[in-house]
Amino acid sequence: MADIGTLNRTAAGFDAVSDQVASGPRGMRPRRFLSPRNIMLYGTLFVAAAYYLLPLYVMIVTSLKGMPEIRLGNIFSPPIEITFEPWVKAWSSACTGLNCDGLSRGFWNSVRITIPSTIVSIAIASVNGYALANWRFKGADLFFTILIVGAFIPYQVMIYPIVIVLREMGIYGTLTGLIIVHTIFGMPILTLLFRNYFASLPEELFKAARIDGAGFWQIYFRIMLPMSLPIFVVAMILQITGIWNDFLFGVVFTRPEYYPMTVQLNNIVNSVQGVKEYNVNMAATILTGAVPLIVYFVSGRLFVRGVAAGAVKG
Amino acid sequence: MTGQAYAGRPNRLLRNLNAKIASIPMVLTAVFIFLGGTSWTVFYSFTNSKLLPRLSFVGFEQYERLWAAPRWIVSIQNLAIYGICSLIFSLVIGFVLAALMDQKIRFENTFRTIFLYPFALSFVVTGLVWQWVLNPEFGIQSVVRALGWTGFSFDPLYDSSIVIYGILIAALWQGTGLVMCLMLAGLRGIDEDIWKAARVDGIPMWKTYLFIVIPMMRGVFITTLVIIASGIVRVYDLVVAQTSGGPGIASEVPAKYVYDYMFQAQNLGQGFAASTMMLLTVAIIIVPWAYLEFGGRKRG
Repeated sequence: MADIGTLNRTAAGFDAVSDQVASGPRGMRPRRFLSPRNIMLYGTLFVAAAYYLLPLYVMIVTSLKGMPEIRLGNIFSPPIEITFEPWVKAWSSACTGLNCDGLSRGFWNSVRITIPSTIVSIAIASVNGYALANWRFKGADLFFTILIVGAFIPYQVMIYPIVIVLREMGIYGTLTGLIIVHTIFGMPILTLLFRNYFASLPEELFKAARIDGAGFWQIYFRIMLPMSLPIFVVAMILQITGIWNDFLFGVVFTRPEYYPMTVQLNNIVNSVQGVKEYNVNMAATILTGAVPLIVYFVSGRLFVRGVAAGAVKG
Repeated sequence: MTGQAYAGRPNRLLRNLNAKIASIPMVLTAVFIFLGGTSWTVFYSFTNSKLLPRLSFVGFEQYERLWAAPRWIVSIQNLAIYGICSLIFSLVIGFVLAALMDQKIRFENTFRTIFLYPFALSFVVTGLVWQWVLNPEFGIQSVVRALGWTGFSFDPLYDSSIVIYGILIAALWQGTGLVMCLMLAGLRGIDEDIWKAARVDGIPMWKTYLFIVIPMMRGVFITTLVIIASGIVRVYDLVVAQTSGGPGIASEVPAKYVYDYMFQAQNLGQGFAASTMMLLTVAIIIVPWAYLEFGGRKRG
């Protein structure tokens, strides 16, 4: 698919810059750093950066203030008295309806959803991508096309039939059901990712292994798997952030006691009862965003590849 | 590649058996969920199912009711405004940022990290942060008023005529980083010689961008467009978190309409009809693109 071609170029493009530095002086005479052009350029970039950073700053600052200070001051001013109480409260005693055990429940639910969903979906999609790339059988391309086109169908169209199927199987509302749903909807993009990657590996490797008598699973586990670590990492980044950030499936396919963190966060912040505690809300918001943010900052360039691929996800 | 060699006459079904076993989940998903589920929903949108799906056909009645419902009309209008604005703004902002980033600037990595981090956050988090920043009592409005402009008014989330723009601001904050990344990749793919040739000919930079570089990046633009567009139709959690559709029904969107009718109002038929309309919208976007991307190439 054309998208993936672009994405791979994404990663290549970022590396290209460093090469130019090494090749010695060329091009125009260097300009003074404080030329009008540079002031414009960096000025615009700094203003844009400020716009992107502002909400994060406001979130952190608000979560460290006490409620009286929030009512008096403005949202941009740094806290006079730093307090971590909102964080503690958000984690362990914020209320959703009658339940007052904080976001920790949602956090652990999200962990229990994200880890198995990530593993199962990647395991299935990687083997499937491998079969599509190296062991084509009649009709495989037809099913694959349906899968990719299906990625663009709005989820809302398919939700209810899935609810019925899961209810018939007796797992509607459980974590197992949600894990299956994540596996299903992660399949198009992951299969595409793995199929393209395996197809890009030299075919001679596969042929040599075949001549040596290796079978389907042997080639997969002993040759393909060890060679494709980067793509597994990309897939993991994609799935962890995607599943962690999911809201719709969590709300549709689980019972309240299994709600993932995003759903619980929304229920805490947008609950109509009680006095609004903005500092607790913001602490809860940061806590929910923390996992994907950490994944983002740790993975760096691979994340760009992951999200760019994931953006095609439907 | 033929499968394993079997003694005697190979059975057609058993050939390449492992690959077929490995593809079972894909086949099941493609056939039963994507094809089957979609057809099922479209099929039942012609019934008057309420709490449970029932097979009593009413023709196009659900659709007539849908298009007569003020809430659906508002949803469609919002989607149109939100869609057009976010397409234009995210393409323009994304491209401009990418062009700036492409000027061999210092700290490029830092800037990219800053522009892209919101994309790692969920729509729920995005919606809640902007709900707070745009809060009229404490947020931007009150800060500007405290600075002296006491008449300053900026409370998009509580003004039903502009609430959708409040959502747009949050959505742009979350999504433009990705557009910037895709565009930057496109710009890096442009041959350096093009720039040199343009410079030799004395063409001003903005003209080079507008008339040479952008037409060359057609593929990137189309890909980005499809990505943004299919995201727009699906917008749901952002609205739920930021405004819950309010004030009143001013910021409703189709995806929320579907959810509410299916799981809260227990009027499945309406939900199915609305989701079928969403499917139609996506088809209108995707089919021409797929035709351009794949149809043309095979023939050409």
